[in-house]
Amino acid sequence: MSGGLLEHFSHIVAVLLMVAGLHVVMARGNLIKKLVGLSIFQTSVYLLYIAPGKLIGGTAPILAPEYALYSNPLPHVLILTAIVVGVATLALGLALAVRIREAYGTIEEDEITAADNAVQDAEGAKP
Amino acid sequence: MMALAVLVLVRTRNLFAVIVLSGIYSFLMATLLVALDAVDVAMTEAAVGAGVSTVLLLGALHLCKSEEAKPVHRPWLPLSLSLATAGLLIYGALGLPDFADPAAPIHRHVAPRYLQNEVDVPNVVTAVLASFRGYDTLGETTVVFTAGAGIIALLRRRRHPRNEDGDHGK
Repeated sequence: MSGGLLEHFSHIVAVLLMVAGLHVVMARGNLIKKLVGLSIFQTSVYLLYIAPGKLIGGTAPILAPEYALYSNPLPHVLILTAIVVGVATLALGLALAVRIREAYGTIEEDEITAADNAVQDAEGAKP
Repeated sequence: MMALAVLVLVRTRNLFAVIVLSGIYSFLMATLLVALDAVDVAMTEAAVGAGVSTVLLLGALHLCKSEEAKPVHRPWLPLSLSLATAGLLIYGALGLPDFADPAAPIHRHVAPRYLQNEVDVPNVVTAVLASFRGYDTLGETTVVFTAGAGIIALLRRRRHPRNEDGDHGK
């Protein structure tokens, strides 16, 4: 079961992409940048699902009499669903970002927090 | 090349460049998926990931500022957390079956039955999507519908105070 690093190259690439996306989401304050990081995280999951379905010498799972060995079609179906759902959630997140920009005038996380704190301080000082 | 695109993407602060790079990254990912025999997924990734997502991001960028502010925090905490996660995940991945191992459980379970052409459609991915796992597709449609309804609910209030000329958004 367990081989060297070369047998797990696809897993390692997927993990590195995933961590790059995670780092963007955690370290950057800009909401659009965060969403791009989230979509990188998502594509790493595509790779994680598709790579184990590949067979050396196999072809794409479209049946033809010339071929006998096909890659596993099930992860392809799951990831097709995931791509479409991913773009729907991305659109929803961008709509939220646009609304936040209208309400606060910025899409930087720090400035939004600062604006919220200023409002709270003003309300606390009033009564 | 993909690693390069991602590295530049993490470092760049001009959001327009970030969006163009994420489109390039999606095309590279689609190429990789073709190499892994997932042609349907590659087509969807090129159309949806590189096409629709880029258009949506550019539309949102049009409504927001295109320059990211300089980060005020030191990035060490997120960086160390990410690296620790990477270490743990790679350690876990070493226990998974090898790449392209025909004896792996994924090739033993339902896949052989899917490949027997029971529904008489030569493209197995289509057969599984529409027939064997049709309820998944129904659920996907529900999610897309909910997301569309949410976007309309979020962006509609904005149009009433102003006059109804520029309809950006979706």
